[in-house]
Amino acid sequence: MSAVIESHNHDDHHHGPAKGLTRWLYTTNHKDIGTLYLWFSFAMFLIGGAMAMVIRAELFQPGMQIVEPEFYNQMLTLHGLIMVFGAVMPAFVGLANWLVPMMVGAPDMALPRMNNLSFWILPFAFFVLLSSLFMEGGAPNFGWTFYAPLSTTYAPPSVTFFIFSVHIMGASSIMGSINVIVTIMNMRAPGMTLMKMPLFVWSWLITAYLLIAVMPVLAGAVTMMLMDIHFGTSFFNAAGGGDPVLFQHIFWFFGHPEVYIMILPAFGIASHIIETFSRKQLFGYASMVWAMASIAILSFVVWAHHMFTVGLPLAAELFFMWATMLIAVPTGVKVFNWVTTMFKGSITYETPMLFAIAFVVLFTIGGFSGLMLAITPADFQYHDTYFVVAHFHYVLVPGSIFSIMAAVYYWIPKWTGNMYDERLGKLHFWLSFIGVNVTFFPQHWIGLAGMPRRIPDYALQFADWNMISSVGAFLFGASQILFLFIVLKTVMGGKKATPEVWEGSRGLEWTVESPAPYHTFTTPPKVN
Amino acid sequence: MNEGSKKTIKTLCFAVLGMFTFSFALVPLYNVFCEVTGLNGKIELRATNDKNLEIDNGRDISIQFVSHNNEEMPWAFKPSEDNIQIKTGKYHTATFYVKNTTNKIMVAQAIPSVAPSNAAAYLKKLECFCFEQQELAPGEEALLPVRLIFDNKLPSSINNIVLSYTIFDVTDYNDVEFTQHHNDDHHDGHEMEPSI
Repeated sequence: MSAVIESHNHDDHHHGPAKGLTRWLYTTNHKDIGTLYLWFSFAMFLIGGAMAMVIRAELFQPGMQIVEPEFYNQMLTLHGLIMVFGAVMPAFVGLANWLVPMMVGAPDMALPRMNNLSFWILPFAFFVLLSSLFMEGGAPNFGWTFYAPLSTTYAPPSVTFFIFSVHIMGASSIMGSINVIVTIMNMRAPGMTLMKMPLFVWSWLITAYLLIAVMPVLAGAVTMMLMDIHFGTSFFNAAGGGDPVLFQHIFWFFGHPEVYIMILPAFGIASHIIETFSRKQLFGYASMVWAMASIAILSFVVWAHHMFTVGLPLAAELFFMWATMLIAVPTGVKVFNWVTTMFKGSITYETPMLFAIAFVVLFTIGGFSGLMLAITPADFQYHDTYFVVAHFHYVLVPGSIFSIMAAVYYWIPKWTGNMYDERLGKLHFWLSFIGVNVTFFPQHWIGLAGMPRRIPDYALQFADWNMISSVGAFLFGASQILFLFIVLKTVMGGKKATPEVWEGSRGLEWTVESPAPYHTFTTPPKVN
Repeated sequence: MNEGSKKTIKTLCFAVLGMFTFSFALVPLYNVFCEVTGLNGKIELRATNDKNLEIDNGRDISIQFVSHNNEEMPWAFKPSEDNIQIKTGKYHTATFYVKNTTNKIMVAQAIPSVAPSNAAAYLKKLECFCFEQQELAPGEEALLPVRLIFDNKLPSSINNIVLSYTIFDVTDYNDVEFTQHHNDDHHDGHEMEPSI
């Protein structure tokens, strides 16, 4: 259908990308910008990953081995910040750029120039953040949650650069979300009603609303820090009438929706991939949409479960415990729907499907440990232990990051026109799968046994599992080099992909050629 | 760009500005919430004007005083009595001993906190050294008074209360505003009142 449209428009349109470096600097094309976002996030993934390797190398044995404690703190702070704001979020924005316009039948994003701006300020934000490593006093060392007064009274001088970079990241995310919402709300092809939208589009619509709601709050929090540090205010300073606990409330009012920002697009991706490789229509489309919306709304009323131990009154402890457990209901609906979609399907296990199934299983494990943490009295034991580290890495690594890898394998034939090497893809999957579990599963045990998080040294009884965890981390880290190789190999060449790529793939993006032409749907398609 | 898109963009920009403003509105909201509910052990930093607190047949409660020095605050600071038995609905004056152990003039601010936190709403003070900043000359010492009363409405489950004060060094802190803000009905008071 669209192939016809393309050839029709060919004569009166200036086609194809510009040449050279300026193509990437000046581009307003959603596909180019999507590619930029994805490569940027991959670079950040490798940098943040290298920091994780430093952390695991230090923890390979008890005692101080490789780095100073001060540098260790800087590593774990930057690892968290870079993975959250530099790797996971930009990767999802990149996928949104590539896929949302094609999935809703729009020619491009609604605000192409702002799209260019929102990408190109990101490298500066991370340049500023990373440059703090070379400043006097070192990089930020207060953890990615930057609790005051650690991040105000006791912060290294580079904290001001950190604040500036968070402001830029926030501006970039807000512009990206405005773009996504305007595109989805106003540029859908005729006939595509909201409840006919592909689930990835739905997941991004909800994510974008979450971003609009909470990124300004993060900006507010760092602005208050800036004022406390430089302008003599006392938002978080008890001597001046402020309250450090207020910081935690404001931070987690942003922070909890933020963790769903990093998982909702993954839900959308998993739904597409499981549907395709089960060769069945997705079970429970409408309930999937409602489940995501419920999760998003609930995310605003559970923030204090991150701070059960600050001295909340009993009523608040109970409220936040129950509200948190309530989230298991819509999440359970989603897992049920994915499993039911696979039930009696004609499943084949290509690399994207392997990652998607691993996502469902391992994300559910992360969800269960989350439920354990939601139990207030139990949380007093688990709080700030490696159990928490195991929990959020289970939902973020085999959760968000596996879904991003699944998405790359699933859509890369559409992006490049070439099939990836299936054997290497499967090898990458199994290495990653084993690596992730060997790394993070033992952390549940050492956490329950009482090993605190964010320390460069530990008591002897934790030595064995820490060593195993480090070995797993090195395996996982090394297998991502293989991922880079597979992606590069696919970009350079490979078996040519058909327009539909996968047997039984559904959605508008599979109706255009592979690789997708530089301009798609300049005339909107008709959707029944 | 069509009209619909422009409208969506405008709405979203307002939402962003609204949420940024909201993040700052959280600061007063948080304080109001703490004051109204007595959570967080936050105590009103002003004198009570409730005249009907005093009664004759209150019940016995035990108060424990705790003092902390924030960070490297070098002053000596401790309660004159660690433990007292008082009755609800009766005023009691407790004192804290302070001494500036340094050889420079210093200004301090004390911040109170109550445990259990739900007792905070029932603690009223006629006067307290925490209402204003304290300035001491080198080597100067003082007994700082707090005149307090516990409302008889204090939940019967609470029999032991810990009243803690932390003193902060605010010598370099440009902070006239804080004391004025919390002291609308208080006369100027940057000097020591009762000295020994």
